[in-house]
Amino acid sequence: MPTIVVDVMPKAELLDPQGKAVAGALARTGHTGFTGVRIGKRFELIVDGPVDDALKASVQQIAEEILSNSVIEDVVGIHYEQSNAELAEEAARAASEHADEGYVAPAGETH
Amino acid sequence: MRIGVITFPGSLDDRDAQRAVRLAGAEPVALWHGSHDLEGVDALILPGGFSYGDYLRCGAIASLSPIMTEVVDAANRGMPVLGICNGFQMLTEAHLLEGGLIRNDHGSFICRDQVLRVENTSTDWTSGFDAGQEITIPLKNGEGGFIADDGTLDRLEGEGRVVFRYVGVNPNGSLRDIAGISNARGNVVGLMPHPEHAVEPGFGPDTAAAMRSGVDGLGFFTSVVQRALVEA
Repeated sequence: MPTIVVDVMPKAELLDPQGKAVAGALARTGHTGFTGVRIGKRFELIVDGPVDDALKASVQQIAEEILSNSVIEDVVGIHYEQSNAELAEEAARAASEHADEGYVAPAGETH
Repeated sequence: MRIGVITFPGSLDDRDAQRAVRLAGAEPVALWHGSHDLEGVDALILPGGFSYGDYLRCGAIASLSPIMTEVVDAANRGMPVLGICNGFQMLTEAHLLEGGLIRNDHGSFICRDQVLRVENTSTDWTSGFDAGQEITIPLKNGEGGFIADDGTLDRLEGEGRVVFRYVGVNPNGSLRDIAGISNARGNVVGLMPHPEHAVEPGFGPDTAAAMRSGVDGLGFFTSVVQRALVEA
């Protein structure tokens, strides 16, 4: 199933207290070299049918009017990609297709 | 006068708001977010709390509730609407009020008795106060930082629509110390602090006279009742 990813970030000019707290933790734990951290949101919209122009227009509207609030946030990206579950399924399928080729355990492997 | 208090999933202060309405001499009407019926009320209160767990954004999902269609219509027709805390966040998400509320600049939840200056006494909810009057009511929020772009802030100030400003300390990083605003007509008012928690001696903020004797919040509710009587 296609997955549509919408990325939303707090507006660049606004203070992001969550990001600031994480930046503080990085500095405290000795991870220097990071001048800032900002935290945004990633939405994954899963659809059954085809991703056509009508759906894309709908996604654009949802992203701007519901998933984000333009007073405080920006939609920074809308991506059309496969879901993690789908990628995992594909990997499992690929693995099972090769299962009949057998697996010869190296000497010493016990499981 | 009948004043509706809408309960959303996660509302906390709906009962307090109903009590404040009763103490102000009006009849509180409990309304449910999932309904499309305002039950003929004369005014509306959107109470504080954490509707829908503040998922997505504070007040965002509540602003899409079924009853909000009727709330927006009623507000645009001139019905008095007061949004307190989470209710204020809903009003901004529903585009009845401008600006937005973000996480407090210091990152912490805050709960304190807060001094406010009433800067506009012509709204439906503040007509009983004196211009410039300082009042003390509880403030309790994690995401109460009011923000808007400079043009909007200038316009709000220019049109006298900054109804309340924080005095003494800015508790959450709100731009220009703004604690509450109104729409152009003055019937829709939203603020982060909680007037409904300062309506009855023994349960309000401390005053110089006695502990927990502060009832500065009562003026919000008596204002709207008084205005209804004048117009009747």
